[in-house]
Amino acid sequence: MIKAIDIKKTYGDNEVLKGITTTFEEGKCNLIIGRSGAGKTVLLKSLVGLVAPDKGEIWFGKINLLSLNKQQTRILRNQMGMLFQGSALFDSMTVEENIRFPLDMFTNMTYKEKIIRVNECLERVDLNGKNKLYPSELSGGMQKRVGIARAIVLKPEYLFCDEPNSGLDPKTSILIDQLIYSITQERNITTVINTHDMNSVMEIGDTINYIENGMLAWHGGKENVLESDNESLQNFIFASPFLKKLRSQAGK
Amino acid sequence: MFNEPLFHLGQYINMMRLVISRPNKFSMFWKELVRQMYDIGIGSLLIVALICIFIGAVTAIQFNYQLDGTLVPKYYIGYIVRDITLIEMAPTVTCLVLAGKVGSNMASELGGMRQKEHIDAMDIMGVNTYNFLIGPKILGGILVIPMLVTVGAAISIMGGFLASVPTGMLSQEQYIQGLNSFFVPFNVILMLIKAVVFSYLLTSVSCYQGYYVKGGSIELGKASTRAVVISDILILVADYILALLLATK
Repeated sequence: MIKAIDIKKTYGDNEVLKGITTTFEEGKCNLIIGRSGAGKTVLLKSLVGLVAPDKGEIWFGKINLLSLNKQQTRILRNQMGMLFQGSALFDSMTVEENIRFPLDMFTNMTYKEKIIRVNECLERVDLNGKNKLYPSELSGGMQKRVGIARAIVLKPEYLFCDEPNSGLDPKTSILIDQLIYSITQERNITTVINTHDMNSVMEIGDTINYIENGMLAWHGGKENVLESDNESLQNFIFASPFLKKLRSQAGK
Repeated sequence: MFNEPLFHLGQYINMMRLVISRPNKFSMFWKELVRQMYDIGIGSLLIVALICIFIGAVTAIQFNYQLDGTLVPKYYIGYIVRDITLIEMAPTVTCLVLAGKVGSNMASELGGMRQKEHIDAMDIMGVNTYNFLIGPKILGGILVIPMLVTVGAAISIMGGFLASVPTGMLSQEQYIQGLNSFFVPFNVILMLIKAVVFSYLLTSVSCYQGYYVKGGSIELGKASTRAVVISDILILVADYILALLLATK
């Protein structure tokens, strides 16, 4: 479980996060949603320590990330995996080398053991036999899947995904969502996903944190997100005239 | 006025503090170090050889021109080519050129990794990116560039020979006599000290510029240019300081 307490972050005169307090639960897909510029990415980057908040506490179990020194942070980060918006695959390495990199860096496994683990991860993301391809030879969806494979290769306790569906078609997006969701459940990891894809919200949003103007405006689950009385959230969900029309036709 | 330079100085010192730390894994550090040494050394050998052969050749021709009609013996050309190569030309000009080639390459590589979130990805994994990405570049430079400078010095002296002996400017014996005259072994040490200091400056400054790049491709281009310009200025300043400290009586 991850607890963020009173997270504040300011860039110059712009107060991006205005004291966010929330909890990300274990074994669940915890979504951070909100409009562009609401502070989602800064919050996610604060959670993983890429951005240092001005104020607040971030608890990974019983460890406060913000009280750790660099060395202790690195040890905690061995328990984290992250899927980046652009996948962030090392483009001069093959798929296999990309996934093997954390194993090379942090384990004393033999080459054979590493290859077995890499193949397990590739099989899990349904990319068997793509070991020797380079990222440039893969589609966007396949790159995301390689990114997921690399993120889970060290069997992390925490998985962070920054807009995993950006740039993907709706069908591939759903496949990526389902993949993340099933991995979260079968490995009982705490997954935090930053998204503004409503399909994701309705498919995998075990818990949903709606951020508006740097503040947590709504917290709940996918079961009650549509019925929420938060007007801003409703405007976010039913942003298009088409959806608004559908909602009014449904009598809401 | 001084805020920005002081900020960069502080950030640079902090970066170096983190670079000089225990690697996550020595075998990975070593692998990266060997790659860097190969890239810097083999990748720059041709350009260094080309530049140095002409430096030696031009030095020989110009000193022959200046000594013409004077009472200074001709064999002094060999002596002057040797000493000017060892003391100044080989370390300084080679490192100025390498700041352009190796330095801009390092800044671009790290800057590109920063922009594509590769550095963030490594940070999240728990990699000490300062040590893993910057350390091998600086150490590789410090180990290989003095070797390049030494090879460059030998080629420069050969360049002087090729420009003067086959053309009849002076005889082979005169050139070799010049090379053997007034030899001060410390000059070789001075050349190597300069090479080590300059290689540290050009690699660390370039890595700093690349690692902390912000923005898009225009900013990356600017960072790469800044890496070369600042490295060159610092090399010239360090050259002056080293000359004052080590080459004055």
